[in-house]
Amino acid sequence: MKFADFVCFEAVIPELKAGDRDGAIEELVASLDKAGRLGKNNSQEIARAVIKREKEASTGMGKGVAVPHVKHQAVKDVVAAIGQSSAGIDFCALDKRLVYSVILIISPVDNPDKHLQAMENVFKHLQQEKFRKFLRQSRTAEQIESLLREADENPFL
Amino acid sequence: MQAGQNSLEKVVCETEVEIKNADGLHMRPAMQFVDVANQFDCDVTVSNSETSVDGKSIMQMSMLAATCGTKLKIKAEGADAQKAVDALQELVEEKHFDEPTPRDQKKR
Repeated sequence: MKFADFVCFEAVIPELKAGDRDGAIEELVASLDKAGRLGKNNSQEIARAVIKREKEASTGMGKGVAVPHVKHQAVKDVVAAIGQSSAGIDFCALDKRLVYSVILIISPVDNPDKHLQAMENVFKHLQQEKFRKFLRQSRTAEQIESLLREADENPFL
Repeated sequence: MQAGQNSLEKVVCETEVEIKNADGLHMRPAMQFVDVANQFDCDVTVSNSETSVDGKSIMQMSMLAATCGTKLKIKAEGADAQKAVDALQELVEEKHFDEPTPRDQKKR
């Protein structure tokens, strides 16, 4: 699966207003909702579910990235939003460091394989130091979109 | 399962496991796997048909996208390799990460 298959570019936030974990999740969910990707009246419930999941175990995998996610019947396909924070957000990450890139993923309830494929793509790129650096340096939604599209073409980025 | 001994300290153990839980190796099971792998001193490598990753790294394990039914090769190298492979095999195939298998889901 490629970024373009599941990232909602309209919902990319180049600079999150929120300075805390729950606020960042709410902001990204609201952004997906505004882009019309979450059906009607689901956004509050989805944000609560993502935060609940995050409290069970942090998705802050280290190296300044977090991948909060949840399954919800509001979506038929995997959909994701990306937010950046130049100040950094405390996500209770595994390496205890701040998080600068948040990738929020909402997956359908009945298709675990699609969820795994989206995750594979996300981590394949987040593994690469160059990709993480470019993502952190992106200042506009357009820069983030072109970085992701370039990564789709070049698996080593 | 084979255990070969290259030198006194260098034990290499390998086994193949099949993912049994319906949701596959998503983040929570991957965390459990990494937690168990990190209880041992030996190196742990996990491979699917395409790639090999460090079984002690959560980011790398998430790259496997191992769906239910996927077969993975677990290779451990070090003095406690046999114990590590046994514990990981139990986690994946017997406990299936304390998650339902497709058969469990049908029963509900």
